[in-house]
Amino acid sequence: MSVQTETLTDRTAAMTQAAMTQTAARADTAAIKMLARNVKVYYGPKQALKGINLDILENRVLALIGPSGCGKSTFLRCLNRMNDTIENCRVDGTLQLDGEDIYGRMIDTVQLRARVGMVFQKPNPFPKSIYDNIAYGPRIHGMATHRDEMDEVVQKSLERAGLWNEVKDRLKEPGTGLSGGQQQRLCIARAIAVSPEVILMDEPCSALDPIATAHIEELIDELRENFTIVIVTHNMQQAARVSQKTAFFHLGDMVECDDTEEIFTNPRDERTQGYITGRYG
Amino acid sequence: MTDLAQQGSRDMTMAHPKSRYQSAEFSARLRARYAAEQRFRAYGIAAVSLAAVMLVILLGSIVSKGYTAFWQNEIRLTVTLDPAELDPQGTRDPKVLAQGNYMKLIRDALAARFPEVTGRNERRQLADILSNGAPFTLQKMVMADPSLVGKTVPVWFQASDDVDQLEKGYIDRSLPEVQRRVNDLQIKALDSLRQDGSLHAGFNTTLFTAGDSREPEQAGIWGAIVGSFLTLVVTMGLSVPIGIAAAVYMEEFAPKNRWTDLIEVNINNLAAVPSIIYGLLGLAVFLNFFGMPRSAPVVGGVVLALMTLPVIIIAARVALKAVPPSIREAALGIGASPLQTVMHHVLPLAMPGILTGTIIGMARALGETAPLLMIGMIAFIVDIPNSFTSSATVLPVQIFMWSDSPERAFTERTSAAIMVLLGFLIVMNGLAVYLRKKFERRW
Ligand SMILES: Nc1ncnc2c1ncn2[C@@H]1O[C@H](COP(=O)(O)OP(=O)(O)OP(=O)(O)O)[C@@H](O)[C@H]1O
Ligand SMILES: [Mg+2]
Repeated sequence: MSVQTETLTDRTAAMTQAAMTQTAARADTAAIKMLARNVKVYYGPKQALKGINLDILENRVLALIGPSGCGKSTFLRCLNRMNDTIENCRVDGTLQLDGEDIYGRMIDTVQLRARVGMVFQKPNPFPKSIYDNIAYGPRIHGMATHRDEMDEVVQKSLERAGLWNEVKDRLKEPGTGLSGGQQQRLCIARAIAVSPEVILMDEPCSALDPIATAHIEELIDELRENFTIVIVTHNMQQAARVSQKTAFFHLGDMVECDDTEEIFTNPRDERTQGYITGRYG
Repeated sequence: MTDLAQQGSRDMTMAHPKSRYQSAEFSARLRARYAAEQRFRAYGIAAVSLAAVMLVILLGSIVSKGYTAFWQNEIRLTVTLDPAELDPQGTRDPKVLAQGNYMKLIRDALAARFPEVTGRNERRQLADILSNGAPFTLQKMVMADPSLVGKTVPVWFQASDDVDQLEKGYIDRSLPEVQRRVNDLQIKALDSLRQDGSLHAGFNTTLFTAGDSREPEQAGIWGAIVGSFLTLVVTMGLSVPIGIAAAVYMEEFAPKNRWTDLIEVNINNLAAVPSIIYGLLGLAVFLNFFGMPRSAPVVGGVVLALMTLPVIIIAARVALKAVPPSIREAALGIGASPLQTVMHHVLPLAMPGILTGTIIGMARALGETAPLLMIGMIAFIVDIPNSFTSSATVLPVQIFMWSDSPERAFTERTSAAIMVLLGFLIVMNGLAVYLRKKFERRW
């Protein structure tokens, strides 16, 4: 994995240009939590992202939409360097968290991933007890030293994920024994237990029924108060319901990013319009 | 198909043209497919039965030849432990007691029991019905309890291997005397002993407590079992940690490039290298170059460790590969370091598979003979090995050596030793299966 340092002028030029297009769209005054400038991702010789510019605002939900294979997951995985685990993946460009370069030499991936948590498409609880699933993160980060503290962290995380009432009597049972929707909420609880600043969610509801989905959407709305959230979804209604900002990806490009309302009522690009009205995708 | 049925089916499909799945051609094809399936099943059953029959024959021949080795005939004599022979000064000093002429006491006991046998030669023949370990039996008894000196006590002595074989029915009494390993005089004496209950067959504890011996009735497999144990301890101590570490590194940390590919190919090839090559390697490197002791469990263990390493590495890599990537992503995603991810999540999940592979590798090492011959573990060793560097042999080599001995008594001991070895292997493989079942996980 390497970040090719482009020549300085190149980079500044790209950044100013991107900043200009972005400011035009920014009515929201929230602080910028994460930012991507000219992000290009290659899987071996194949380019998956062709220069993405995007601002992720603090305490807002950003939805990434777009047809399958357009690079949404790829982009999401750049934000906490999960792409590092893929052998032939290469990332170019600038990605920042609170003004700090994510792919810079100074950053520690372990620390980054503690700050930028992730919920995956398929629920992936550890094959351990429900309690240990939640407690694992806080334990390795030394967030709770006493048993009581840990109990509290576990309870609070499960409560925030709306799972506490269902599992409070069976914390010792394996997390893999829960239903799909419960497992996904367990994974969300696990992610928030380490108090990240940003939570990335890759199609968190794709395996869930409408009730569980509604539950998680509510949860996302609540979590927004304390976290910055980026969610990938194929469900237009979901994007409209939970997000404040929406970015439309197409064939490795970020076509447009704007307030969610704006995107769904008044898209500027005809590809966006085509996609959200269901003409393709 | 009858006309009526055809009529019916035609009626049913009236609306559509007759489907090709209802045509006669199709049902013929279907019949052929079922027939093929039946044939295939028959082949399978035949193959399994053949294997089962072979196994039964193998086990049957081993058990039928060897089960008698678990018994040993013993002869009771009333021995007078004469103080004049054992302890003239009456000090009860162990050193003095150890020097006593126990053979003479036994000969006296025999003479007392069979006063009718008088000739020098005949007396010697009579003494031959006892194992020539008999004086040691008596010596051990007296040393353990010096207060016996001066008393007259009944003592059970091991019968000689020929007597034992005769009693077990392996020597034909109807043969002419010159062709028989037990002569008429001895048979008469045995019959007389049997009559007053002084000849019986007891459990052969010697087999499980003694080391090797030239005399079958004094030979045991304990030395070989201890040798095998010491060797396997070394093998396991080396190959398990190294194998797991290598597998974890290659699977979880190493970059995938031409070098790691090369290493992988080589490891796979090493698993297929004939084991005797490892023996040659051990001979050249450990004995000749490093000057390590011959016949020592430590060298055998190292050689077997080299042999099992590829097996363990391959098994461990397979087990690690089977852990779903989602578990790794889950751990990494909440900020676990790669090492924590492996240690806390991946390795525990892979452990049952690794364990199974390890046990099977160990079972293979336990049954291995060829490489150990090369490093001298085939020596005739009477003493039970007591350290990793003392001379030792192992069970399969012991079997190999005994199978080479001419005495009939060694034949049955060979089979008995094979049974013990198979017992260990079955236990180990059973353990592997049990662990696999017990820790099988769903995720
Ligand atoms: N590990 C990989 N190796 C090679 N190519 C990959 C890899 N992962 C993704 N790609 C390619 O990168 C492109 C973007 O994939 P990505 O998974 O980001 O799409 P996506 O927008 O998330 O699609 P979906 O909505 O179906 O999840 C695709 O063309 C895909 O084939
Ligand atoms: Mg995706």
